[in-house]
Amino acid sequence: MLSRHANNLYWMSRQIERAENTARLLDVTYQMSLLPYRITDAAQSWAEPWALPLVINGLASTYYERNPGPVASDKVLRFMVLDSTNPSSIYSLMHSARENGRSMRGVMTTEMYEDLNSMWLELRGRSENALNNGGINEFFEWVKTQSHQFRGVTFGTMLRDEAYQFIRLGTFMERADNTARLLDVKYHTLLPSAAEVGGAVDYYQWSALLRSVSALSSYRRIYRDVITPRRVAELLVLRDDLPRSLHACMNEIYEILRDLCKRESMEPERLAGELHAQLHYGRVEQIMEIGLHEHLMEFLEKLHTLNDELNHHFLAPVYEPATTAVRGQSQTA
Amino acid sequence: MSNTRPYDEMRAADGTIRPHYRAHTEWLDGKPADFLPQKQREANALYTRLGITFAVYGDESGTERSIPFDIIPRIIRPSAWKMISDGACQRVRALNAFLKDIYRDQEILKAGLIPAEQVLNNPAYRPEMRGIHVAGDVYIHIAGVDIVKTGAGEFYVLEDNLRTPSGVSYMLENRKMMMRLFPDLFGRIPVAPVDHYTDVLLENLRAVAPEHVSQPTVVVMTPGSYNSAYFEHAFLAQQMGVELVEGQDLFVANNYVYMRTTSGPQRVDVIYRRIDDDYLDPLAFRADSTLGVPGIFAAYRAGNVTLANAIGTGVADDKSTYLYVPQMIDFYLGEKPIISNVPTYRLGNADDLAYTLAHLAELVVKEVQGSGGYGMLVGPTSTKEQIAEFRKRIELNPANYIAQPTLALSTCPTFRDSDIVPRHVDLRPYVLSGRDVTLVPGGLTRVALNEGSLVVNSSQGGGTKDTWVLEDLQC
Repeated sequence: MLSRHANNLYWMSRQIERAENTARLLDVTYQMSLLPYRITDAAQSWAEPWALPLVINGLASTYYERNPGPVASDKVLRFMVLDSTNPSSIYSLMHSARENGRSMRGVMTTEMYEDLNSMWLELRGRSENALNNGGINEFFEWVKTQSHQFRGVTFGTMLRDEAYQFIRLGTFMERADNTARLLDVKYHTLLPSAAEVGGAVDYYQWSALLRSVSALSSYRRIYRDVITPRRVAELLVLRDDLPRSLHACMNEIYEILRDLCKRESMEPERLAGELHAQLHYGRVEQIMEIGLHEHLMEFLEKLHTLNDELNHHFLAPVYEPATTAVRGQSQTA
Repeated sequence: MSNTRPYDEMRAADGTIRPHYRAHTEWLDGKPADFLPQKQREANALYTRLGITFAVYGDESGTERSIPFDIIPRIIRPSAWKMISDGACQRVRALNAFLKDIYRDQEILKAGLIPAEQVLNNPAYRPEMRGIHVAGDVYIHIAGVDIVKTGAGEFYVLEDNLRTPSGVSYMLENRKMMMRLFPDLFGRIPVAPVDHYTDVLLENLRAVAPEHVSQPTVVVMTPGSYNSAYFEHAFLAQQMGVELVEGQDLFVANNYVYMRTTSGPQRVDVIYRRIDDDYLDPLAFRADSTLGVPGIFAAYRAGNVTLANAIGTGVADDKSTYLYVPQMIDFYLGEKPIISNVPTYRLGNADDLAYTLAHLAELVVKEVQGSGGYGMLVGPTSTKEQIAEFRKRIELNPANYIAQPTLALSTCPTFRDSDIVPRHVDLRPYVLSGRDVTLVPGGLTRVALNEGSLVVNSSQGGGTKDTWVLEDLQC
């Protein structure tokens, strides 16, 4: 298929997944902010719950430029939800997803396009007031439901062709990226001082993190014990039966790339295989020894390299006119 | 011509229903009163939901509108269709021969039938095309010939569209809609099918691939999703099962055209392009074009890729060239025109100018280079001031204008509010050329929805109808 088309589909699904993850993160942040506890140290103001979504998405400096002073919940929400000038707001993400999808409607099923289109039309109809007057939880639920629904419609109706693979690839690349960032920020910046480990605040923070990736009840079913950072790390990094863990995402990514690269061995498949093997054969002791932060940073860096390779091989290849090696001249359309 | 009652395609002058409309009328008579309003609502809802739309330029929020669809079909009897079909094909054959001639030997200019400067100085003439051999000598792969009816067996060609004629997706979607709304009707009336249009199109495009290619790769090329006809581009690509590309998807290497795919560069042999000549290649034409492909003209000239339609066809659908189509039919085919041109006065000619200035209130005056209703005077619907104003413009440069009588376009039954009323229509059948010159039995009927209006453009209250050509069995 055309590289541009693959690219549009890949980004369409990344944007929907990112909108969902943003909604999850903001939802949890909102619930954390309702707790009586606050970190009040001014120098650590970025560790305020409301700074969390900004830090995770790398938007802190943009936000502070526009909103000097202490982080305010209503401003963060407006910035992250409905601000059309912030390309990472839920509004912008859904708009971009719909625009990417609109140009690809010939490749999608009618149900998929109708679903995507009505998602966008409904979002446009939601006013900021409804958001501020307590409708925030309902809104985040709505975003998650839209994402679930689109994934379901795609799974239930679309031909299992290359286009389908690129849509799935976008979902899992985005999800892996998000889970790694979320875990790192929580672990690295919100880890309270030693005295507080195991305390009530600690418990709420970890349980909020788990809830944001729909993993709290899974944690309980698996461990039947108190929440510890080590087990959370094991669950979200190494276990492949939790659908938002790094291992589970890499299972999917590796499968998809083995399929897409089956004609010839290519760098994306090798890289994905390497990342997958590290998670598949990794041990939590090892990770804790190196340090979870270091481990996650290395993972994110490799994931970004993988994304570059996807661009290079599939999504945005650049050919030098004079030296083009030409393959595949038969009609495959 | 302008004051007589217009010809109605369903009712004869004495009010009786013409034979080819009888089956439809009888069927409709058996339906309850709220039947048509309900079906019309259903059709409108379906068109919106399916997103059969055209984009509105300059609207940031991405407004897309549907063209109004009328649920009463236009019915054409086999004998009338034969005339339309033969006439349109004849015209396209002659126009194609004309293009080949003016870009090769220029016999018609040497014979003095058309003034050479008229052709060679025309802005749509492409000197770059001189001497180029195009595959199968086909220049006009897809043509839209706009035809109006003014009486029994009386047809005129208003205009030839030979660049990138649009609207065929409405012909196909309107038929699908009618079959969905009124399946039982198709059991009663033998309507000739049109669905195979895209098969014929693909077959033709493959037939005009560069000669050495056995399994040609065909693509549809669009300026992008913000183009007003994007829906149609995507629709045609999907129906033919070929890729819909933009300029950025293509590149040229060693004089061949390739598209960037997920499995590497893939050669492209035939491009059905819905982008104007000017924007095709920044190296050959407009240098500021970001929609085109650098080097594609060189690949075309080398015979390594086919463009449909060919570059430079615009010179043949120009209003000043239109005048000479009857001579072309005689010169190239040795035939008489089956469908006439609208009688046209050339205001560069002193007699024609004098007549026109004396009859401005009855005539339609057009700028030779104008299109889309710009630079135009419709005498019968203009005020005295507008006519006086236009007279001054004509007198400044008469050769820049032509004049035609205001035609009494035929009317067709059309559903408005809760009634069936006569409204003026035109017809655009699509002529396809490849191995042969053919057209599917149908076309796009445009209808002026406002009472008395002769303007069928969708931007000015025009809608569309399904066009039914009856099979030769009855009538």
